[in-house]
Amino acid sequence: MTDALRPDLAVIAEKIGKHTGSRVLDVGCGDGALMAFLQDRSGVDARGIEIDGECVEKCVSRGLSVVQGDADRDLTFYPDGAFDYAVLSQTLQTAERPDRILKELLRVGNQAFVSFPNFAHWRMRAALLVNGRMPVTRHLPVTWYETQNIHHVTVKDFRELAVALGIRIISESFFASDRPIGSAGANWRAEYAVFQLSL
Amino acid sequence: MAPASVSKAITLPASLPLDSGEALENVTIAYETYGELAADKGNVILLCHALTGDQFVASEHPVTGKPGWWERMVGPGRPIDTGRFHVICANVVGSCMGSTGPASDAADGKPYAMRFPVLTIRDMVRGLIGLLDQLGIERLHAVVGGSMGGMQALSMAANFPDRAARVLAIATTARHSAQNIAFHEVGRQAIMADPNWNDGNYYNGGEGADHKPQAGLAVARMAAHITYLSEAGLTDKFGRRLQDRKSKSFGFDADFQVESYLRYQGSGFTRRFDANSYLYITRAMDYFDIAEEHGGMLADAFAGAASRFCLVSFDSDWLYPTAESRHVVHALNAAGAPVSFVELSAPFGHDSFLLDVPALDRVVKGFLHD
Repeated sequence: MTDALRPDLAVIAEKIGKHTGSRVLDVGCGDGALMAFLQDRSGVDARGIEIDGECVEKCVSRGLSVVQGDADRDLTFYPDGAFDYAVLSQTLQTAERPDRILKELLRVGNQAFVSFPNFAHWRMRAALLVNGRMPVTRHLPVTWYETQNIHHVTVKDFRELAVALGIRIISESFFASDRPIGSAGANWRAEYAVFQLSL
Repeated sequence: MAPASVSKAITLPASLPLDSGEALENVTIAYETYGELAADKGNVILLCHALTGDQFVASEHPVTGKPGWWERMVGPGRPIDTGRFHVICANVVGSCMGSTGPASDAADGKPYAMRFPVLTIRDMVRGLIGLLDQLGIERLHAVVGGSMGGMQALSMAANFPDRAARVLAIATTARHSAQNIAFHEVGRQAIMADPNWNDGNYYNGGEGADHKPQAGLAVARMAAHITYLSEAGLTDKFGRRLQDRKSKSFGFDADFQVESYLRYQGSGFTRRFDANSYLYITRAMDYFDIAEEHGGMLADAFAGAASRFCLVSFDSDWLYPTAESRHVVHALNAAGAPVSFVELSAPFGHDSFLLDVPALDRVVKGFLHD
């Protein structure tokens, strides 16, 4: 039933969707696909933040509560524990300070879901090792000078940051070729990851 | 001035208490409606008009003969669809299109003029609530407004949180800034500097324009009109082009097209608006500060909010810039209210909310129809 969603969002939707009526903040909600899905199927009270005006317009036009804003600056206006879940999908690597965003996510949300492209995937490593160039792949399709991804991160890096910030990892999901894979060797094999976090 | 009989009108059964501590007796509220009222009265959208607006939102203006001020937005199949919604738009108290204002007669049978009490936006909203009570409408599907209309929508949400399920506030603010007050003061001083103003007592000189402070009111309108447009919009529309002449006159005629345009706007305005109403309504806007009414914290004003909110700003609006909408959004976030906000790109300055901005149509429709 989560077929229509991107695989990382589908994992998040499945886990949140079990908790009918929960309050969710989707930070960097894009066109609102996850929010709409959760609202329609699970009766979730979903709110969003999105920086792109056209995306926000689309979200509002489909009846979603989305605020045009910047995750780096606007999370601070939400009270502590305002949400059961804060979601940050494919946005961490674009943040000015990913560590601060993580802390903010777990301040406004009791739990957080964070998904990001894994820069240590073997194809990235090969591109650097063999070609000596910043990789351009399906999941990181933009060249280094145009990319919004200013903080590339690996699965290992993320786990270490979680420890450093005192964040508990509740679950981890990994994907390659848009299919779930096991956690063994994830830092090599995963194209992207979804972490479920709490304090 | 339009006679009260042009619109539907009700007289409030009780006196209207005002923020000043005074009260207004026998308050009349003139209003227009569009679309059928549902049997359960659950399909009502209240539209709040701006400073110089009126109830003729989607029907011909009785004085100017021009189309309604938001016909592009309100009508059958339009974003505010009168095929589905019953739209009510009332002339605010203090104005001059049939609702009680300074031009209305006081108990002694003479016009109030400057004896009219100073109003606030919240007082205007109290008047609107009085109208809704008379019409038996408990809870609106939505309250919608741009500019001063947006202020009324926000004020209603803060002061009468149960009355509207949705609040749509466009190109507006939760407080008047120093710059906003400054421009209004220029307008008021222009009116009061007109000898015909006569301390507000100009109503008994007959209908002739000679007896009214039309020159002052026109200047007030001209100054205000500049604030409704963008620098780029003015440049695009007029540039330095000359009006019906090949060269400068070396005099003080309206050489430039922009001068001619402003003079036209100013004089046209005086035919449909009362100078004293202009003083009173601009004052109400200047006094507007929702946070101040609620102990200084805007989030506290919305603590009891039971509505979904949508705020829209325009990137070229320097009268109520995006930062003002954001300020409201942050307060609503802090209060935990469901809120949408988008800054739309449009070249027309503050007036963008009245003009052809297709993205606004989509946002309005999406927000109201979910």
